[in-house]
Amino acid sequence: MTINQVQDSIIDEFSIFEDWIDKYNLLIDLGRELPVIDPKFKTKDYLIEGCQSKVWLHPEFNGNKITFTADSDAIITRGIVALLIKVLTDRTPDEIISADLYFIDKIGLRQNLSPTRSNGLLSMVRQIKLYAIAYKAKTSK
Amino acid sequence: MKTISEIRSDFPILEKKIYGKPLVYFDNGATTQKPECVINTINEVYRSYNSNIHRGVHALSDIASQEYENAREKVRSFINAEKKEEVIFTSGSTGSLNAIAFSFGERYITKGDEIIISHLEHHANIVPWQMTCERKGAKLRVIPINENGEIIFDEYLKILSAKTKIVAITQVSNALGIILPVDKIIRAAHSLNIPVLIDGAQGIQHGITDVKALDCDFYVFSGHKIYGPAGIGVMYGKEKWLNEMPPYQGGGDMVKNVTFERTTYNDLPFKFEAGTMNFPDAIGLGTALDYVLSIGRENIENREQELLAYATNRLSGIKGLRIYGNSDKKISTISFLLKDIHMYDTGMILDKLGIAVRTGTHCAQPVMDRFGIDGTVRASMCFYNTKEEIDFLGTGIEKVIDMFSK
Repeated sequence: MTINQVQDSIIDEFSIFEDWIDKYNLLIDLGRELPVIDPKFKTKDYLIEGCQSKVWLHPEFNGNKITFTADSDAIITRGIVALLIKVLTDRTPDEIISADLYFIDKIGLRQNLSPTRSNGLLSMVRQIKLYAIAYKAKTSK
Repeated sequence: MKTISEIRSDFPILEKKIYGKPLVYFDNGATTQKPECVINTINEVYRSYNSNIHRGVHALSDIASQEYENAREKVRSFINAEKKEEVIFTSGSTGSLNAIAFSFGERYITKGDEIIISHLEHHANIVPWQMTCERKGAKLRVIPINENGEIIFDEYLKILSAKTKIVAITQVSNALGIILPVDKIIRAAHSLNIPVLIDGAQGIQHGITDVKALDCDFYVFSGHKIYGPAGIGVMYGKEKWLNEMPPYQGGGDMVKNVTFERTTYNDLPFKFEAGTMNFPDAIGLGTALDYVLSIGRENIENREQELLAYATNRLSGIKGLRIYGNSDKKISTISFLLKDIHMYDTGMILDKLGIAVRTGTHCAQPVMDRFGIDGTVRASMCFYNTKEEIDFLGTGIEKVIDMFSK
C-alpha cells in the first residue's frame, strides 16, 4: 500500500466510531500493535523533545527503506506514534519527505489535542522527516 | 453570604460547555476565572477614560491616574501594608521575584553569601535567585521536605546562618497545595536580622494575608490568580529595603531629573515603575480585590476547606489513586497519580469529559524529582467549585481507570 492508501484505511477505521471514547479506545488498541523499540535504544539520544509524555523513536535504514520502532510511557501517545509508524515505516526517504499527512486532521485527532500536546505530535512528525532527510543526504553522497 | 449559584453566575465562563459537556474548571492554581465586574472594569477603562497615567495635564489622564492610585490603595489595604508607597505594580509574581532578586542582589549580596529557598518553590522563585547567585558568587541553600511534602523545619534552622542574606519562601506549594509555616520561618530569620520574602502566588487567594502581622519584608503575588486580569502583579516591600535597593529598570516615570551626565531617581513607588505601567489591569485587579472582599475572605477559606475535605475523601476512596502532599494544612488543591496510568492519559480523558485539570511538573520540577515522578495530575479548586463537580471528577477518574486497565 502507498502512504496515502494506508492513511485512507486509517480514516475509514476511525470513521466507524461516532463517539470520542470509542476513538480513544481504538487508539489504545493501536498502541498495543506498536513495533516496540529495543530497550537499548530507550535513551536520551532517541527521546523526542516537546512531548508531555516520553516518546522514544528509533530509525533503521537498510540503504533503501527506513523502518521505525518506538515506545511511549503514555498509552494514548503510544497509539498516536503507532499510527504515524503505520503510515511511514518501511518507506524510502523520498516517500517520507514528500508525504502529506492529512489523516491527522481527518480522524479528528488534532482538534482533540491542545497546542502543547499537538506540538508533541508535530515533534514526532518532524523527527521522522529529519531522519529521512539525513538518510537521503547520506545515500546521495 | 451569596449562595453558590449566585457566586457561579458572577463568572460568565462557568456556564460554558466543553465538547458539549458542562465545564468543570479545576485549574484554578494555574489561573482563576474572572467575575463579570472585573471584565466590566477593563471594558470601562478603555471605553471611558483610557489615557496615559502620571503624564498629561488633561482630564482623562487625571481620571486614569487617580483610578490607578486607587487600585494601589486597594492592594495596600487588602494585604494591610503600612504605606501605599510600599506597593509596586509589576507584571506578576514572576516579574516581582525577578525584580527583587536583581535589586536586592545588587545592593546586599556579595561573594560567599547565601540565599535560602525551599524544595517546594516553583521555578519563578528558584531561577531568579540562581541568576543572582551566579552574578554575585553567592550560594543557594534549599530547605528539604519530608515524604508528606512538608518542609523540615529543623533543617531550615541548621542552614540559617550569618551568611544568609535573604530567605525567599513560598506561602503555599503550587504543586502539592501544602501551606508552609511562614510565620515561624519569618520569626527564625528575623531573630538573626535576616529579611524574608514570601511568594504569595498561591497564597493570596486563599484566606487572609496580612503583611504587617506576618512582618515579612517582601510579599509578591499575581493578579490573575486572585480573579483579576493577567499581566498585572504586586511586589510589596518594606520601605527601608525599597529605599535602599536600586531600580531594576530605567525609563519614564521612575526618574526625577535626567541629564546625560546624571539621573536622579524618583521616590517610591515610582522608582520601581519605569515606563507606561499596565494601568487598565491594575485597576481591574482593584475590582477583583473588592469582589473577594464582598464575598468575604473567611467565607472563601471555609468553603474551600470544605471542598478540600470532601474531595480528599472522595478521591482517597479510589483504588490505585495516590495523593501527593499530605498535610493538615493545605489549600484546596489535590495532586495525584493513578497506579500504572500516565498523568497525560488521565488528563486527556478528563479533558474529554469537560474537566480541566493540569498535568505535568507544575513548573516545580524539583518537587517531582523529590518523589521520583515526572509529574502529577493537579485538581485545584476554589470557592466557586461545587461538591457535584468533585463527584463528577471522581466518576471521571474511575472511567479513566476502567479505560486503561483493560
